[in-house]
Amino acid sequence: MDILQLLVSGIANGCIYGLLALGFVLIYKASEAVNFAQGDMMMLGAFLGVTFINASYADLPFLIGITLAALLLGLFGYLLDRFVLRAIFGQPQFAMVILTIALGFLIRFVAGVIWGHDPTSLETPFVGQVWMLGELMIPVVDAVIILTTVGLTSILYFFFARTRLGVAMQASSQNQMAAYYMGIPVKRINAIVWALSGVVAAIAGVLFAAKGAVEPSVGLLFGIKAFAAAVIGGLGSLPGALLGGLLVGIVEPFAGRYLPEVGQIAPYLLMLVVLVLRPGGLFAQISQKKV
Amino acid sequence: MSLLQVKDLSISFGGVKAVDGVSFDVEPGEVFTLVGPNGAGKSTIFNLISRLYEPGGGRIIFDGEDITGRPAHDVAGLGIARTFQNIELFDHSSVLQNLLIGRHCRRDTRWFEELFFLPKVRRSEREHRRQVEEVIDFLDLAAYRDKLIAGLPYGVRKVVEIARALSSEPKLILLDEPASGLSVEETQNMAWWIEDMQKDLGLTVLMVEHDMSLVSRVSNRVLAVAEGRPLAMGTAAEVQADPKVIEAYLGTEETA
Amino acid sequence: MSNRFKSRYDDDINLFEGRWHLAQYALLIALLLAAPWLLGVYYLGELTAVLIWSLAGLGLMLISGHTGQVSLGHAAFMAIGAFTNLALMMRGWHFIPALLASAVTSGVLGAIISRPILRMSGIYLAIATLALSIIIEDLSILAEPITGGVAGLFAPPIDLFGLTIDRYSSPKAFYYLCLTVLVIVTLGYLNLLRSASGRSFLAVRDSEVSARALGVNVTRAKTLSFALSCAMTGLAGALYAHLAQAVNYESFLVLISITLLLQVVIGGLGSVHGAFFGAIVVVLLPQSIAMLRDFLNNTAGISIAAYPGMDTALFALLILLMVIYEPRGLYGVWFKVRTWLQLFPLYRKGMFRRTRTYLKTERQR
Repeated sequence: MDILQLLVSGIANGCIYGLLALGFVLIYKASEAVNFAQGDMMMLGAFLGVTFINASYADLPFLIGITLAALLLGLFGYLLDRFVLRAIFGQPQFAMVILTIALGFLIRFVAGVIWGHDPTSLETPFVGQVWMLGELMIPVVDAVIILTTVGLTSILYFFFARTRLGVAMQASSQNQMAAYYMGIPVKRINAIVWALSGVVAAIAGVLFAAKGAVEPSVGLLFGIKAFAAAVIGGLGSLPGALLGGLLVGIVEPFAGRYLPEVGQIAPYLLMLVVLVLRPGGLFAQISQKKV
Repeated sequence: MSLLQVKDLSISFGGVKAVDGVSFDVEPGEVFTLVGPNGAGKSTIFNLISRLYEPGGGRIIFDGEDITGRPAHDVAGLGIARTFQNIELFDHSSVLQNLLIGRHCRRDTRWFEELFFLPKVRRSEREHRRQVEEVIDFLDLAAYRDKLIAGLPYGVRKVVEIARALSSEPKLILLDEPASGLSVEETQNMAWWIEDMQKDLGLTVLMVEHDMSLVSRVSNRVLAVAEGRPLAMGTAAEVQADPKVIEAYLGTEETA
Repeated sequence: MSNRFKSRYDDDINLFEGRWHLAQYALLIALLLAAPWLLGVYYLGELTAVLIWSLAGLGLMLISGHTGQVSLGHAAFMAIGAFTNLALMMRGWHFIPALLASAVTSGVLGAIISRPILRMSGIYLAIATLALSIIIEDLSILAEPITGGVAGLFAPPIDLFGLTIDRYSSPKAFYYLCLTVLVIVTLGYLNLLRSASGRSFLAVRDSEVSARALGVNVTRAKTLSFALSCAMTGLAGALYAHLAQAVNYESFLVLISITLLLQVVIGGLGSVHGAFFGAIVVVLLPQSIAMLRDFLNNTAGISIAAYPGMDTALFALLILLMVIYEPRGLYGVWFKVRTWLQLFPLYRKGMFRRTRTYLKTERQR
């Protein structure tokens, strides 16, 4: 029973990691870039959620608040790409890494100035409520997290596999030049992907703040863990990201319980083991460069 | 004895047989050309010979030694140099630096000696430089010696890549489409250089090329391949006249 | 400005291009030697910090700038160097062998770790090294017998040729110690760059397949570069331990790893100068910001509150602008200014225009 309890909490946490990992994968799929500020965007989304929903701020209903937060962060992602990232369009992957690391620092600073550095929790309609399944306690917030994740992932999977825009995004991720020639507006697609990943980050952030508490520096380490999750999954695969997120989420509480010395670093150890055994992650997509 | 023997070489990528039982011998001092439609497996054969790909079957024997099990970085030292279809130069270095890297397989200094730049290292550097200067003279690259690759015109880069290969003092040089993307005049120069490599340097040349005028002019023997299999072998004229070769080319043109 | 005619191969092999070039660096060394008399104790300390971060930057520059393998975990090797040095000195080792041991330990551990890690490339390598840095944070608490656990270790004074060197009681001697180490390492670095090993690193950075076809053992080149890089960073860690006087798990957080990478990027990846330029910015930027703030508050009456993290934010902003407008970093700026001066008044607009390229995937399905 104890193990099941840990598992439920791990899965719920893993879903948030998974959602954030999805954000990484979205951007990686579209532009083969990695957004090291993804964790900080999540933190921003969490604060936006707090601002719209908490009684001490705007005091809006939960669903309206989360929608507003998602839209606003989506817009933020779009503008970010339009006005900052487009300036380095075509530069090596590495430039994007550096640029987004710097962006993360800036976002953290601005959030600190606006919202302060005290941990803040989101006030949800289901705060403290619990469902009992026999002896198993399932906090409603965990159930909400899991359901939201499943829903969002299905939508994204369908979007990439079935819609014109999704397929165009995949094309532009494989060869920008060729996609350009085929009439795909590569730059606009990039901006849309950034918007999309902003939306996903905001939802992850709101869920994060509903389960725990948010302060400006949570994004850094949480983002790195989510990135580790994406890498475990293979960094180009949406189901892989979710699986990686779940693995990280589940490993963490169990390691914390049974191997407290390495509890903190268990996700990274897991990632290193996966990478050493399969350098491209579980769903590897990298192959040798052709000459 | 043949300098290079390729015996029953094959490789497949995800179930597709890219090279399927190709055998040929390259005699010392000849220019041997592989021709064939796009996707025939010519570059794959090159990548197999330079050990970048692991063959699914067959053997590669160079200078009497079976090199099928040797790692890729040993191949240059044995005397096989190559160029690449889509120029793989070191873009952020000068022409001189590129050619000096070409001498890597002839290095005789260790890193801890280099760390202190012992007199031995200086002597070795001077010797490498002298060798590289000979190649620069041979290919007439003096004007570009200190220029960065990133700023050079395409035609010059092609020559620099050949120069880099020559710097390693090879016995056999593999040229992957040396004339692709070159102007008529540059192709003319390329033909002279290939002839000079053969006659003045005594090199053996294995080449992949589409430009039949160049192929006819410089090749001693030509092997046509299509869909990973050998089709016909002989002089350029014989191969061009072979009905199987004509069919292979026309067949691909229809689908193209 | 000299326009020299090269007449011997040694003209290209030598470290300095003729007397004028040599004189410039001689002047720089003379200034650095005179610094303790030109600067106050506080600024001498800052300059010492610049030297130490330059050393760490040089280490990272070798693997990331010259070999093209991005490491986001080099603080781990600073930690290894620092803890090795202090742990050995506490067990009675003399400073010099302990310092060498720091370099060797970091280098050997780097070589061992590099085998599995350098099979990855690009983003995967970056995240793996980042993870390494986080793991080392935890390990420095767990390995209590060596690292002193949560409390960490204190740096004993250095006993060198009868002198007792201590950061506070003899700042000049400590400064000269750091300067000596840095000069020796820089010379070794430059020697490596002008010979076969250095060229093989550049080859691996620009085209791995080409390097292999030319006889470069890519795995070996990467391992060597990573090991030497870690050794240099380990040395820097050891010196940093004596500068900070005490180190524990919080001294080498993952943020230091990230900052170190930003430092070499802002300095200019792929140039030795860049490591130094970057260190100057990292160490002196907070100072400059504080001074500017005081200046504005006092003279112009503009009051800028001291927000926590403002230094980092401005540093980040600088990085942001640099990546967008000058990807070659401060070295690029310096190079342009130098060219402009050399060519004056013949400089043409657009001489440094970058060619734009489209990203091509290295993934294949």
